[in-house]
Amino acid sequence: MNNRTDIQAAVEARLAKRYRAEGRFRMFGILAIMAAISVLILLIGSIASQSIPAFRVNELTLPVTLEAARVDPAGDGSEASLRRGSYNSLLQEALRAEFPEIEDRGQLRELFGLYTPLNSARLQNQVLANPGLVGQTIDFTFPISDDADLYLQGLTTASSEAAPGLVATPSGTSGEVRVFANSNVFSPIVADIRERLATQAEELEDRARRYENRAASAAGEEARISLTREAEQARTQSASLRSLAEPGSLSVDMSPELPSRLIRMNGGIVHIDRISDSGRTAEGRVLVALDNTEAGDDWTIWTLDTPQAERRITDAQIAWAETLRERGRVETGFNTYLFTNADSREPELAGVLGAVIGSALTMLVTMFLAVPIGVATAVYLEEFAPKNRLTGFIEVNINNLAAVPSIVFGLLGLAVFISLFGLPRSAPLVGGMVLALMTLPTVIISSRAALKAVPPSIREAALGVGASRLQTVVHHVLPLAAPGILTGSIIGLAQAMGETAPLLMIGMVAFVADAPSLSVGGLTEPATVMPVQIFLWSDGAERAFEPRTAAAILVLLALMIVFNAVAVFLRRRFERRW
Amino acid sequence: MADSGTRSSTVYHDAAKTLQGKITLDGVNVYYGPKQAIHDVSMVIPDRSVTAFIGPSGCGKSTILRTINRMNETIDIARTEGSIRIDGDEVNSKAVDPVILRARVGMVFQKPNPFPNSIYDNVAYGPRIHGLASGKRDLDAIVETSLKKAGLWDEVADRLDQPGTGLSGGQQQRLVIARAIAVSPEVILMDEPCSALDPIATAKIEELIDELRENYCIVIVTHSMAQAARVSQMTAFFHMGDLVEYGPTEDIFTNPHEPRTQDYITGRFG
Repeated sequence: MNNRTDIQAAVEARLAKRYRAEGRFRMFGILAIMAAISVLILLIGSIASQSIPAFRVNELTLPVTLEAARVDPAGDGSEASLRRGSYNSLLQEALRAEFPEIEDRGQLRELFGLYTPLNSARLQNQVLANPGLVGQTIDFTFPISDDADLYLQGLTTASSEAAPGLVATPSGTSGEVRVFANSNVFSPIVADIRERLATQAEELEDRARRYENRAASAAGEEARISLTREAEQARTQSASLRSLAEPGSLSVDMSPELPSRLIRMNGGIVHIDRISDSGRTAEGRVLVALDNTEAGDDWTIWTLDTPQAERRITDAQIAWAETLRERGRVETGFNTYLFTNADSREPELAGVLGAVIGSALTMLVTMFLAVPIGVATAVYLEEFAPKNRLTGFIEVNINNLAAVPSIVFGLLGLAVFISLFGLPRSAPLVGGMVLALMTLPTVIISSRAALKAVPPSIREAALGVGASRLQTVVHHVLPLAAPGILTGSIIGLAQAMGETAPLLMIGMVAFVADAPSLSVGGLTEPATVMPVQIFLWSDGAERAFEPRTAAAILVLLALMIVFNAVAVFLRRRFERRW
Repeated sequence: MADSGTRSSTVYHDAAKTLQGKITLDGVNVYYGPKQAIHDVSMVIPDRSVTAFIGPSGCGKSTILRTINRMNETIDIARTEGSIRIDGDEVNSKAVDPVILRARVGMVFQKPNPFPNSIYDNVAYGPRIHGLASGKRDLDAIVETSLKKAGLWDEVADRLDQPGTGLSGGQQQRLVIARAIAVSPEVILMDEPCSALDPIATAKIEELIDELRENYCIVIVTHSMAQAARVSQMTAFFHMGDLVEYGPTEDIFTNPHEPRTQDYITGRFG
C-alpha cells in the first residue's frame, strides 16, 4: 500500500515537470511565431511606407500648340514627316508661355529642367496616333521632373512662410529688384545668417587646431609641412567667415550653403540674394514676375530649410513648380507610369511593366522546361529505374545540384547557351533555360518525395487488376502525387522568380527601355526581370528611384503571393483522399 | 508424389484428384536477395473451390500466393524459380506478359485498397484498360454484374458516382472483389482479406467467398484457422518456407499427419 502511494507521488511529481516542459515548449513556439510575425510586419511596413511616394505622381497639363510647320516639316502629314517634327521645342514653348518674364538663358535651362525631354516622344506618339491633331492646341499631360515631384510631395525640404505684416515696396516687377521695407524686417535673417557663419567659423578653427596638434606631433618633416598648410587654410577660411559675420559690413550675401529665402509679394516671387546690414532692404532676382510695384503689407518671407547646395532642385525651380501648382497646372494623381512603362533613366517615367513581362516570359520558359523534365525524371527514378549503383550515383548528384550556388548556373548558361549555342544575350529564353537548370533539382527532389508518399497499396491495386506500370503511374500514382509535385514545383519556380545572380551572368542586367512583347518573339528580345530591376533601381543615382525600388519590391511580393495563391488553389482542387 | 530433395515438401494429392486441378506448382523456390523464402513447393490447386494457405507469420504463405500472379516481381530483389502452371500454361516465364496474367488472376489485398475514384470507376477501371467493354452500356452492365456478384450492388446502386474510399471497410473490401471480378478472372487470390474487418463484415466476405467458389478458383491466405475451416475445401499448412501438409480441410483439421501441423492447429505455436 505504502509502495503504491510512493509510486503515485513519484509519478505526480514527474507529471508536473512534464507539464511544465510542455508549457515551456508551447510558450517558446508562440514567442517564435510572434517574433516572426512582428519582423514580417516591420519589414513589409517599412517597404510599404518607403514606397508611398512612388505611387503618387505630379503631372503638368499645359496647352501645347501643334504648329503644322514644326510638327510636320515636310507638310504632307506622312508618318516619316511627323517623326521629324521638333516636339520638344513645342513643350519648351508651352512651359515658357507660363513664365514669359524669363529671358536669361541659364534660367530658361533651369525652367526646362522641370520635365524630361523624353516626354516629347510621348507627344510624338500621340500625334502619330492621331495626325488630325496637327495645327490644333491640345492639353498635353506629362509628369513633372522627379526632383520637382519629390519637392511637391514635400520630401525635399521643409518650408515655412511668415508674414511680417509691415509695408514693403518692390523696385520693379522683373529682373534684379530691391524690396524696401519700412522697418528692419530682414534683421532676423541677417542675425540667423551671422550665427550660422560664426558656427561654421568655429568649426573651421577647431579643425585648424586639430591640424596644428597633429603637426606638432608629426614624425616626418613633409607631414608636418602639409598639416601646417591645412591648418593655415582653415584659419584663413574661418577669418573670412568671421569678417562676413561681423556686423557693420554693408550687406550680407545669401549663399547656397544657407537656407534659401524668397519673398512672395504682388503675385510674384523674388529670390533674396543680399540683405542690407540695416535689415531694411533685400536685393534679389525675380523668379515669377510681380503684377505691379505697389507698396503693401500683404507679403511673406518664404524659407526653404534645406540649402540649395544640398538638394537637386534649385530655388527657382521650386518657385516655378509651386507657382504652376497654384495656377492649377499641376495635379497629383496615382502613378500609372509605374505600371504602364518599362524602365527609364528618368524616374518619373520609369515603370516595372518591362520587368514584369520579362519575368513572365522567363518563368514560362522555366516552367515548360523544368516541370515536365523534372517530373519525368522523378517518375523514372522512383517508379521505373532499377535501384543500382548508377541510379544511386545519379540521385546523389541531383541532391548535390540543389546546393550549387545559383551564379554557377549563370556561368554555365553563359558558356553553353550563349557562347556555344549562340543564343541571344539578355533574352528571356536564355534566362528561362538557366533558371530551369537551377530549378530542376528542386522539382525532382520534391516530386520524388511526393511519389514516395503515395501508398504502395494503390500501386498493388492497379497492378493487381492488370494495369501496366505506366498505366499504374499515369492513372493512379501521379494524380495522388500531383499536389505534392505542384507544391514543390511552385516553390522551385518562386525561388527562380526571385533569382538575380545567374541572370547577371547572361546579360539580363542591361538597361531595357522597351518592354518585350508578350509573345513567342518576345523570348529573344532583350529583357530584364523583376529582381534585376529592383537591383538596378536600388543603384540608381536619382533619389526618386528610392521609393520606386520599394514599390518594385512590393510588386514582386504581390506577384509571389498571387503565384502561391494559385498553387494553394490548385493543390486544394487536386487533393484527393484515400 | 515422391519427394527427392533433402528439404522438399510433402504433398498430398489424393483429395485433389477428385477435383479438377487448376494451378500446378512444381518445385517453386523464391528468394529475397540471398535469403530463400520458399523451399521447393509443389502442389496442385483445384478449380472451383477454395484453397486456404495457413501458417505462422513469415512462413511464406503470402509469398507463394504472390508468385501465382507474379506480384513478387514488383519487389526488386525477389526471384522465383520453378514451374507454375495455370491450366497447363506456364506462368513463370519471361515470355508471359504479367499484364495478361493478372487479367486472368485477380487479387484482393489485406487492406482494402479502392482507388480514390468513384465506385463506378473503381469497378470499370480493369475492363477499361483491357478494352473489355465495347461501349458505355456494356461497361455499365459489367459494373452492375460485378457489383452484384460481390454482393454490393444493393448497397451502392444509387451512389455509384461517390468515392469508393467513402465506403465502410467491409464494403470497400467487397468493392475490391468486384473490381477483381470485373476483368473476368479465372483465379482470385486473396491475401488475408478479412484481417482488417470486423466480424460482421468478415462474415459477409466469407459468405461471398463461398458463393464465388462456384465460378472461380479461389486461393486465400488467412491467419484465422477458424476462417480456413469455414470457407475452404483444401488447406495447405506452411512453415518456415516449407509446405508441410496439404490436403482436404477436414483432414488437416481433424487428422493431421504432421506433428508440426498438429501443433499449429491446436495452438501450441504460431
